[in-house]
Formats: sequence, structure tokens, C-alpha cells
Amino acid sequence: MSTVLAAASIAELLAQYIDSTWAYALTALIHAALVLGFFGVAPLVYIWLERKVAGRIQDRLGPTRVGGKFGWLQTLADGVKLIQKEDLCPEAADRMLFRVSPYLVFVASFAAFLVLPWADGWIAQDLDIGIFFILAIMSLEVMGVIFAGYSSGSKWSLFGGMREAAQVVSYEIPMAICALVPVTALGTLSMAEISRMQSGSILNWMVLHDPFCFIAFFVYFTVATASVKRAPFDLAEAESELVAGFHTEYSGIRWSYFFMAEYASMFAVSGIATALFLGGWNSGIGLEQAILDPLRARGGAGFLIANVIAASIFISKGCLLVFVQMWVRWTLPRLRIDQVMTTCLKYLLPISCFLFLGITVWPLAIHRFTGRTTLLDSVNVMGSELGAPKANQAFRPELVPVQKESAARPAATEPAAAVERKVEDEQAGQAPAAAQEGQVQS
Amino acid sequence: MSWLSAPIDAVAWVFQGGAVYVFALMAVACAVAVVVSQNVVRMAFWLILSLAATAGLFFSLNADFVGAAQLLIYVGGTLVLLIFGVMLTASGPFLQIRSRPGEMVLGGVVGLLLLGVLLSSAISVDWGNRGPRSAGTTVGVGFNDPASGNTTRELGMKFLGANPKDLGSNRSTLSPGFLLPFEIVSVHLLVVLIGAAYLARTKRRRDVSAPPAT
Repeated sequence: MSTVLAAASIAELLAQYIDSTWAYALTALIHAALVLGFFGVAPLVYIWLERKVAGRIQDRLGPTRVGGKFGWLQTLADGVKLIQKEDLCPEAADRMLFRVSPYLVFVASFAAFLVLPWADGWIAQDLDIGIFFILAIMSLEVMGVIFAGYSSGSKWSLFGGMREAAQVVSYEIPMAICALVPVTALGTLSMAEISRMQSGSILNWMVLHDPFCFIAFFVYFTVATASVKRAPFDLAEAESELVAGFHTEYSGIRWSYFFMAEYASMFAVSGIATALFLGGWNSGIGLEQAILDPLRARGGAGFLIANVIAASIFISKGCLLVFVQMWVRWTLPRLRIDQVMTTCLKYLLPISCFLFLGITVWPLAIHRFTGRTTLLDSVNVMGSELGAPKANQAFRPELVPVQKESAARPAATEPAAAVERKVEDEQAGQAPAAAQEGQVQS
Repeated sequence: MSWLSAPIDAVAWVFQGGAVYVFALMAVACAVAVVVSQNVVRMAFWLILSLAATAGLFFSLNADFVGAAQLLIYVGGTLVLLIFGVMLTASGPFLQIRSRPGEMVLGGVVGLLLLGVLLSSAISVDWGNRGPRSAGTTVGVGFNDPASGNTTRELGMKFLGANPKDLGSNRSTLSPGFLLPFEIVSVHLLVVLIGAAYLARTKRRRDVSAPPAT
């Protein structure tokens, strides 16, 4: 399990002192605790921030007393209160499902953090299909909400759950298509690779790559807000209509699991937006080339420091987007359910389809007219400092080109190196199949 | 620290391929629960767990793409089943589903037949060294290290018609791949979707004799 958050380095460090099996187990625990810790702490901060933002927007102060300045311990006090509360289960509820559904939401929300790229080399699972995985796993969160709505044995909850189902089923489609827009431009689904491609100048960020990605960012952000059921799309809760929607009957710690999952999901979708459109862990001002890369190359503590800086850049960007979500929530009124559906199916879905079509044609058009592959002439071309793609180093298929005449084949007496060189030359020159593969991997 | 060695060994075992057995057991147990439970929504719940455990099985065998597809298509598809379940059983005669003895026998026979087919095909395969990946052992075809994309890249190449096994050998033709069948199936699905939307839309009844509404 060496892929766990650069486990290799820390495991090697530990292995000098203890048995290697123990070292790996300990390392896995440390890294799992780190991700879980962020998953737990982020909602704590966001709930406090939400209150402050709501207060300021409504010309109030928000929490001020708990923990001294700014009321920064407010959430912790709330947490203690929630743990003390009685864990109620209504008479009419399906007890087993009622108890389990908060955990379903929680687990689905947490699993999304497995493929978020915190920094170069700091990613729990660097899957080749990272963005596909994250979209698949995030769509499971709705299951818990529907189970909660159904099992509560309450009309309000059932309404909330069914609304959420309808909303998620529709909003999943434009969300996936919008995520495909930068993926099509970059040609990879791996979150780490996507972030790596955007290093260098800010002009390399996908949001500034071309007009389609620019619009796709805003469409994605709208759809993502809807997919984590935040206002103005929070029809599943809709305090003014459904009491509290799907979590009407919940109390205490189970209720708080729903909220932890919601705030963590807000960061998860913001993290996806950051990685796909806003350059991931890259600062956009060339900090990487100047400072971080040499630091990282020194290994050991340098690697650690460089990655902590990169991870804080990533988290800051994510938090900024979360802040915008809160800002939107306290500014816009809630939509009606039919308006939510209309927004998705009649506007966002056609727009995202158009964007997807556009991004497939864009590189051809821009190359035809300007001779470049990007609109803005960036300082360093996208992916230039990447060198050979990681894919090619690890897995290089050696497709020998089609040879019509047997005479063209290298004679057996030639030295092996010469044969190889010849084959490579031929590969570079022709073999459309080989070119095709290059596209698949890059 | 000898008391710690048992849990640590357990963790190490899970990381070295034992997760496969954990997920397999979970998938089977949840599948049994689907059959045993009588409430449709509970059945859907156990089905979701069973399918998710199958996805976990794929992930622990380094088949990321298949695992994620399993999550998106099967577990996500259960969502619709779940919604129907909720809509049909929120009240009324379908709240509890009891099957008659005849149905149980019939279902049991069909299940056993399927089990026979699966077992015979599983036994007839020469597994060789394709067992669960474990640390320190050499692995056979189909397992790449995570740095080379697990099984995803091979799947993608195969999809486009390039068989990774044939690479490096002299071959005059490439197989057509699965791109064309895939496209045909997706267009087919699109047609079905449009047809369903057409059939399910609200029909406005036009009353010819009545005066037009103002």
C-alpha cells in the first residue's frame, strides 16, 4: 500500500527503527488519521465561518463570545452539546435504516477525499481515473439522504428525501459533463496529473485556458452547489416548507453527522473545482519553479516543507470556493422545486453539452488560426516542465509498426540496440496506432 | 508490545491482499440479507451494500476502472430502484413482501443452477499466478503496479483495439476494439431514453368542442 499519501517515505523512515510490517501499518494509520482529521476539522471551521458570514451579510455580528475573540470555539461548544443530546428514534421509524443512514452519508462524503490531490505526491490514492471515481462516489451520498427520509416515518422527511433524489439524478449529468470539459482539454483523468499540467503561470490554469473551460467553471460551480444541496438549491431541507426536510426526526450526534458530511462535501466539490479549473496546488505565480521544486528535489524535510506549502495553497483555494458557496447561500432566495428542475434540465444541461462540444473542436480551430494550442501566450507552455508523461515512463507499449515487406525487418545479425533505435524511428515516423496510444496515455 | 502484534498483523494481512476476502464475505452476507429481508427498501439497502462490497473487491484487486464503474452504474442504478421502492411502499399492500413456498422452490432452483454455472466456470479457469496480489510474490498478467495505472490503461488500450499482449510482437492487423459496439449501444440507449420521455410526458387533452380558454 505504498500509494497511501507518499507512505513510502515515512514508512522507510519508520522501517529504520521498527519492523517493516509494523512500519507500513503505522504509516497507513498516520495517513488515514491525517485525512480523517482534515475531514473532521474542516466542518468545524466551516460551521463557525457559516455563522460569521451569515451574521455579517445580515448585518449582525454572529458568534462573539465562546472562546474569546470572534467566537471561534462556537462549533466545539455546539459539538459538545450535540453529543450530550438524547439519540431519539421515532416510533414509526424503520429503526435499523434510521440509525444507519447518517453513516452512509458520512462514508460517501469521506471517500471523496481519497483522491483529492493535496500536493505533488500527497494524494491518498493516485488513481488513473481519479475524477471518474470521485464523481461515482459522491453520487452515493444521496442514498443515505433517501434512506433517512424514508426511514424517519415522517411526511416531511419523505418529501425531503424524494426531492433530493430528483435533484441529484438531474444534476449529476451536467456535473459530469462539466468535469469532462477540462479533462478533454488535458487528456487525463488522474487528479494529480491534471494538477501537474497546470503548473507554471496562472495562464496555465484551466479556467483561463479557453472560453469553454471558463464558462464550464461557473456552470460546474453552480451544479456542484446544487449537488451538495446548498441554498439556493437546498430543497431537501427547505426549512420554510418542510421543517427540516430529511433530517427532521434526527437529533444529537446522528444529526451532526449529516452536517459534517455536508460541509466536508462542500470542500470536496470545491477541491475538485480547484484541481480541475484553478490550478490545484499550484500558486500560479511561478512559486513552484522558483522555490518549491528545488526544495522538493532535496528530499527529506525539504520535500515535506514544499508539500505543506503546496497543500496549504490547495486548501486555501478550496476554502475560498466554500466561502463563495456560503456567500451565495445567504444572498439568494431558495428556488422552487420546479425552478430547480428547469434550471438544470433546460439551461445547465444544454449549456454543458454545448461546452463539451466546443472543447472538442477548440484545439483544432485555435491551431488552425494561431498556430498555437492555447489562446493566451503563456510564459511556459502547459505541461512543458512535465517532461515525458509519467504514464510513458512506467508503461510503454512497444508496438512494432506494420511491415509490409519482410526485407524491411532488421536482420538478426544487427546489434540489439541498433534494432531498437530503428524501431523507434519508425514508430515516430508512422504507425497511426502508436500515435493513437500516445493520445490515450498522455 | 506483544499485545499489539495481533492487530498489527491483522492490518498487514488486510493490506497484503486479505481485503479481498473481507469484501467477498461482505458481498455474500449482504446478498443473503437481500433475499431474507421482506421490506423492499431494506432489500435495496442490502443490495447497495452488496454491490458496493463488489466494487471494493475490484478496488482491492487493482481494477480501479471496473470498481468505479460498478459504483456509478450498479450502486447508482440501485438509486432508481430505491426511489421506486419508496414510492410504492410508503404505504399499502407492498410494505411486506412474503413469497409463497412454490416461489421459494422455483427461486431456489434457479439460484442453484446459476451457482452451478458460476462454479463450473470458476473451476475450469487455470488461475495460475493470478491470485490476489500479495507483497513479495511475483504477479502474473493483469496486475500492474499503481504507477502504471493498475488495469486502467490496458482496458483503455483494449477498448481502442490494441491488445497489450500483442505489443512488441509483429502483427499485421489490429483488432477493431470495442469502440463501435460501445457507440452503437449508447445511441441505442439514447433512443430508448427519448422514447421513454415521449411516452411518459404529460398528455394535454385537447377538447375540440369547448371554446378556447381566454
